Amino acid sequence: MRGHLQFILGPGRGIIRRMVERARLLGTIGCAQSHAPCTAARSPSPCRGGLFAALLLVFASPVLADSLMPAAKYADVQLADPAQEKQAKALMETIRCLVCQGQSIADSNAEMAGDMRALIRTRIEAGEKPEAIRAWLIERYGDWVSFKPPLDGLTWPLYLLPVAFLGLGIWIVSGRLKRRRKG
Amino acid sequence: MRKLLIWLPLGMFLIFLVVFAGGLISPESKTIPSKLIGKPMPRFALAPALPGKPGLSSAELANGQPHLVNVFASWCIPCIAEAPQLRQLAEAGVPVYGIAIRDRPEDLARFIQRNGDPFRAIGGDPNSSVQIALGSSGVPETFIVDGRGIIRKQHIGAINPEDVPGIMTALGDVK
Repeated sequence: MRGHLQFILGPGRGIIRRMVERARLLGTIGCAQSHAPCTAARSPSPCRGGLFAALLLVFASPVLADSLMPAAKYADVQLADPAQEKQAKALMETIRCLVCQGQSIADSNAEMAGDMRALIRTRIEAGEKPEAIRAWLIERYGDWVSFKPPLDGLTWPLYLLPVAFLGLGIWIVSGRLKRRRKG
Repeated sequence: MRKLLIWLPLGMFLIFLVVFAGGLISPESKTIPSKLIGKPMPRFALAPALPGKPGLSSAELANGQPHLVNVFASWCIPCIAEAPQLRQLAEAGVPVYGIAIRDRPEDLARFIQRNGDPFRAIGGDPNSSVQIALGSSGVPETFIVDGRGIIRKQHIGAINPEDVPGIMTALGDVK
């Protein structure tokens, strides 16, 4: 009886393990550096086919999407000077990953994010100011690469609307309170 | 007027919901063009990526002739897909230079052996530093650089057969 149960449960657990592995693979594929012609994340239109594309993704090998080279020295190694490391870390948290576009390079496990972390740490170690490095990156990739948008003609609502809404809320609440006191 | 205003928050919420759902159903995925188009090639000097083949420095690129700088890697699948088009361009006399990202000589040698060698020189960029300096966000990408070393155009992703005429025209335009 017991043996039978194990026989039934055994392969089942294997399938779950394999599903977890697949999910992990998918995670890696999402961060592949190459401009792949058809992945769900990059170009939605040719992938709309659905199941076939999903199957392709499941069986795609992540090994082929990343290089075989080890990560750069400073990609995952902190700087010796804690003050410099703090500066570097603060900058990395506000620089956007070009590959996993929703993540900062501090959070992303994409290879290119690792190379960008290494670049930032090397330059901070050489004495460069974090804002100079940010400016250098913006010069290449545009404001898009920074999670700290500048205040300009396009982004002013981002900074002014919260203040405006807060003012509106205070005005409404104070009006109500006054009316209630009168009543 | 007041009656209409009552519906305003619900209306705004519904608009928010539609925007939010739209973002979830088809997430935005942008290609990020380099901001260096129209600007000079950043200065770099890359060691040869393959023994027996010259490396690449930015000084060589300002040699009076328009050319292509292909950012690629042996581990990049779309790079295999664009290899025939690069060969075709090279055979038509276009100088093609390569920057190999995070590549090892033995892998690159195998890649060249299998997919042909359209490159006049290949610089090795083991830590993506020149790629980042170029404002490139992945492989493959191809930059059209004019004779003075000014970047004139960036092609993001593989060069497909239908892209070749456009690239030839662009190269003619920057002459």
